[in-house]
Amino acid sequence: MVEMNIIKIHDMTLRDGMHPKRHQMSLEQMTSIACALDEAGVPLIEVTHGDGLGGSSVNYGFPAHSDEEYLSSVIPLMKQAKISALLLPGIGTVDHLKMACEQGVSTIRVATHCTEADVSEQHIGFARKMDLDTVGFLMMAHMATPEKLLEQAKLMEGYGANCIYVTDSAGYMLPEDVTVRVALLRDSLRPETELGFHGHHNMAMGVANSVAAIKAGANRIDAASAGLGAGAGNTPLEVLVAVLNRMEIPTGIDLFKAQDVAEDLVTPIMDQPIRVDRDALTLGYAGVYSSFLLFAKRAEAKYGVSARDILVELGRRGTVGGQEDMIEDLALTMAK
Amino acid sequence: MKKIKCAIIGPGNIGTDLLYKLQRSAFLEPAWMVGIDPDSAGLSRARELGLKTSSEGVDGLLPHVEADNIQIAFDATSAYVHAENSRKLNELGVLMIDLTPAAIGPFCVPPVNLDACLKQGAMNVNMVTCGGQATIPMIAAVSRVQAVDYGEIIATVSSRSVGPGTRKNIDEFTRTTASAVEKVGGAKKGKAIIIINPAEPPLMMRDTVHCLVAGEPNREAITTSVHCMIQEVQKYVPGYKLVNGPVFDGNRVSMFMEVEGLGDFLPKYAGNLDIMTAAATRTAEMFAENGLANVAQA
Repeated sequence: MVEMNIIKIHDMTLRDGMHPKRHQMSLEQMTSIACALDEAGVPLIEVTHGDGLGGSSVNYGFPAHSDEEYLSSVIPLMKQAKISALLLPGIGTVDHLKMACEQGVSTIRVATHCTEADVSEQHIGFARKMDLDTVGFLMMAHMATPEKLLEQAKLMEGYGANCIYVTDSAGYMLPEDVTVRVALLRDSLRPETELGFHGHHNMAMGVANSVAAIKAGANRIDAASAGLGAGAGNTPLEVLVAVLNRMEIPTGIDLFKAQDVAEDLVTPIMDQPIRVDRDALTLGYAGVYSSFLLFAKRAEAKYGVSARDILVELGRRGTVGGQEDMIEDLALTMAK
Repeated sequence: MKKIKCAIIGPGNIGTDLLYKLQRSAFLEPAWMVGIDPDSAGLSRARELGLKTSSEGVDGLLPHVEADNIQIAFDATSAYVHAENSRKLNELGVLMIDLTPAAIGPFCVPPVNLDACLKQGAMNVNMVTCGGQATIPMIAAVSRVQAVDYGEIIATVSSRSVGPGTRKNIDEFTRTTASAVEKVGGAKKGKAIIIINPAEPPLMMRDTVHCLVAGEPNREAITTSVHCMIQEVQKYVPGYKLVNGPVFDGNRVSMFMEVEGLGDFLPKYAGNLDIMTAAATRTAEMFAENGLANVAQA
């Protein structure tokens, strides 16, 4: 058993939570939730378009405000919490990182598909050079063997990442899948390299997987207030904190305050319930990128093809994060 | 007609595929291939096919340019060394066709602006990026009918078809492509996204093009224009296909494309690489047919 140091909870409400909000969060919603999370003791909060810096597009959705506006509204209000920004190479560029850096983010997370880490050298290198907390974020980690994931993690570590994430973008993993991956990374990466886990709740495994990750050596865990995130949402933050409290694993977060953020601020702004409905469950079951959910539902409404059928086919074709354009294309083909 | 002699700089996948295409050309003759590694498989393959080769880079070629009457060079190396390669060859009157993202010369997307490039008499033309070659004809097909306020392209390519150069410098791809969506495609604002997919067997190159047009889209005229443009591209990339669309949704016009390569040296799924070498060959042929005489006289 790994010694239980403090676990750093990284909040996703204002980034992954942008997916179910179709990136339409108001500045007021974003600042009030960020302040409440800060007050509850959450140490790190991500603020970016759901698809990362530069995600503003027809493909992923135009946001209500630019990344710059969100970051510049939130950052000056924080008392103890630090702010992170996400970037997917191929969508955003180093120019976006420079902007986030100027706004005062403490952390840059560079996300690639789990087998394509070598596209992140420019961006991880930049964040390292700026002396930021630099995270390599290996998405759809269920699609790579533990050995392959380690090879890719080592690339990111070599480019300068001080923390590597096993990212279950599809909410596909079961606790043993998490354990074997995190444990191998813990054994083989530098001891000072931190490890993180990002879960989706599509198979209702968000909390269980996060606990498995901690036991295998992860010390950063992503979670979202009331689970607000893509698909059936992320690991619900307040539930995770309660479980970790019972396990006597410290997080520095006030459980009741975290519950209040979820109940009083986040749940009321949901456009639809964040739950394991048949389509969200299909994401997890078929291993499909969680933010495809609403696109598939919209394609169902427009073209009369079942969202579940679309998602199963996307899984069969091995689609990866960012291929939202495949959904309308496939629906058109299936409707023929 | 006497064939125009060409040199290929860079004996990698792109350079070799280009070599195969040039060998079929009625207007062009590949005469030289240069690299920097004496043990390069690409150089030895070129020698077997009867080309002269040098492993001393462009400097190994320069002393032979005049004697061997090299008039066109293709640079399939990297953006970092391109400027120097181009300067040295331009000085000797060689037209440079740039397949790197260096983009020091004007962008060239053959069915859209090759004629303009010819008239301009540029000594260096840039082939944008694979995603640009595959999508900018579609942006232009819409913008020649109706003003495009915003053009966005999403290129999805197989992991196997993306080399280390592109991976190391993926920002170059997004920046160069977005810029050409504006400058060549005619969109007021351009955005480019690239997705690398590792599925096995490798997926065919896919491209999605979204245009936000000014006002209600003229459906009939846009649809006709798109189909005409596809035929133009098919003249040099027969596997260029419209899978779905144009789809009209408010002021959005979307096209969903697939690009199958010819499978010369590169596999057929690597339509992204094929469309680059095919466009470069087409550009060189047009210069050979029309432009080069003017350039030579100038």
